[in-house]
Amino acid sequence: MTTETAGVDREVTAAFDTVKRRSANAAGRRRIVTCLVIVACYVLVALFGPMLRKYDPVQTFTQDRLMPPGSTTSQGLALLGTDQVGQDILSQMMLGARVSITVGAGTLLLAGLIGVTVGLVAGYRGGWVDAALMRLADIQLSFPSILLAILIAAVVGPSVVNVIVVLAITNWVTFARVTRGQVLTVKNREYVDAARTLGAGHLHLALRTIFPSCVAPILVVATVELGHVILAEASLSFLGLGVPTDVPSWGSTIANGRDYLGDAWWISTLPGIALAALVLTCGLLGDAMRDRYDPKLRSL
Amino acid sequence: MPDALLSIEDLQVEFSTRDGLVRPLDGVTLEVGHGETLALLGESGSGKSVTAQAVMGLLPQPAGKIVGGRIRFDDQELTALPPQQVRALCGTRIGMIFQDPLSSLNPVFRVGDQVAEPLRRRLGLRRREANARALELLHRVGIPDVEHRMHHYPHQFSGGQRQRIMIAMALSLGPDLLIADEPTTALDVTVQAQIMNLLRDLQQERDMAILLITHDLGVVADVASRAVVLYAGRVAEQGRIRDVYDHSAHPYTEGLLASIPQQEEGGARLTPIAGAPPNPLAFPQGCRFHPRCPYAQERCRDELPELRRPVGWAPDQAASCHFTEEVLSRG
Repeated sequence: MTTETAGVDREVTAAFDTVKRRSANAAGRRRIVTCLVIVACYVLVALFGPMLRKYDPVQTFTQDRLMPPGSTTSQGLALLGTDQVGQDILSQMMLGARVSITVGAGTLLLAGLIGVTVGLVAGYRGGWVDAALMRLADIQLSFPSILLAILIAAVVGPSVVNVIVVLAITNWVTFARVTRGQVLTVKNREYVDAARTLGAGHLHLALRTIFPSCVAPILVVATVELGHVILAEASLSFLGLGVPTDVPSWGSTIANGRDYLGDAWWISTLPGIALAALVLTCGLLGDAMRDRYDPKLRSL
Repeated sequence: MPDALLSIEDLQVEFSTRDGLVRPLDGVTLEVGHGETLALLGESGSGKSVTAQAVMGLLPQPAGKIVGGRIRFDDQELTALPPQQVRALCGTRIGMIFQDPLSSLNPVFRVGDQVAEPLRRRLGLRRREANARALELLHRVGIPDVEHRMHHYPHQFSGGQRQRIMIAMALSLGPDLLIADEPTTALDVTVQAQIMNLLRDLQQERDMAILLITHDLGVVADVASRAVVLYAGRVAEQGRIRDVYDHSAHPYTEGLLASIPQQEEGGARLTPIAGAPPNPLAFPQGCRFHPRCPYAQERCRDELPELRRPVGWAPDQAASCHFTEEVLSRG
């Protein structure tokens, strides 16, 4: 009798587990999809928004100064208001999204390329190469990254490309560490030995045998880093060390509105909200992807 | 054996560890003939796997190093060749399968592609031909519904099937020698028998030599023709497998055989070998087995026995024991 109930209990628990796992999977997928949709909206706005509304960064409309959101100006409806020289906030924000996303994507590509290469070489080669590269990474980490960015930006001057280079220099370490860690765990698996017994060379082993197992954690890191990088670009621009002044960035728009916070809150606040929402979405996306692709949770 | 395919002579391997130099192989000599199955037996730490690693150039780098002896494969001196050439040779002429089929396939590629890849890279086959060959190989090793299954990932297969896939991969380039490093340890008993039968059939089909490394004496009895027993990095005994099993010439082999459960003696206690395998950092002086040996005498403490043929026994049985004749006459 007892054993029978125990059997039934077990079956019921198993069924519940399956349901739970399935719904957890579905919830995880929903989180990822939602975040991806939000990011996609930002990308679409960045791509097509500036085409819909012309914006000239040097043209001013003094009669339209500091209009609140929804006012009608000489240029038409200012949905999100105007700034202290009468320029439309919405147009600025759409161009700002373009800068943020360009810088984010460019930095990730460059930092990822450097970081993954370094991590792969260090992890695979080991020995003194590993030690040298990782000490370099430590040195990099011991610098406060924003200070380093300020230093480099001050020396090379403002431009979008420079911002990307600066941020890539301060961010490659994360990629290098994650890649190296993953390479170290995978390197001694038997399938790597198996590939070696079949005559695979070093390049093949590193790129075709080991690297594919590193892709998932690298993607997760990249998503989390995307938020950091966008925030870092905004900070640099806020300090006047980011993109040039004729390219509106969220950071510079926020900085411009700082003096008018009392009577024109929308200049700083609206780009701030856009920035915060994007960074938050990137963070959530990173979390959701880690839950889904973490190698520790995957049955290898 | 003049026509040996693989011959290892007095092989010595050293590992540098934090606690000092370790010598897991200290003078191992063995030969594998064309088309022959040689069983390499011994408990954990006796140097079985290190032997395989040394042949395949898989010794952990930079810790492991061959410090003495020779490895000849088909008239080529492997220890004298540069690593790239060893690798190339191993790739095409020596295949290897591993202990743990769960980790010996790459989890991120489909199994069909994994089997086809060496064919494309090494033999230069086109994708379509390589896939056809892979399909054939997978079919041969007994994967059911291959057309469909070759597009699956390793985690979708059972342990036994994964080992079969691994065998297909190792066979893909048509090796003359297959090194099987404990191929059935991680599998359950019924699957073990299937895998061993598969290996035996494949060997007969392809006239391939097999170096079968195992600690499980039961598994190899029907498959191997000769056996080499390792103990603490040295050859304890070698000979035809029936001779080794029926009248062991070394007390260690005798002990190993006595510790296998026998069907007919239901309920009887097993006879384990007393003591534990020696620590490779401090092998005992003299015969390395003497602290655990029921035959040990004063002489065994000081004098390392050479591998020799017992007086008055089969010419191809040899043991490194001072008292092998006594062991034989008792057994």
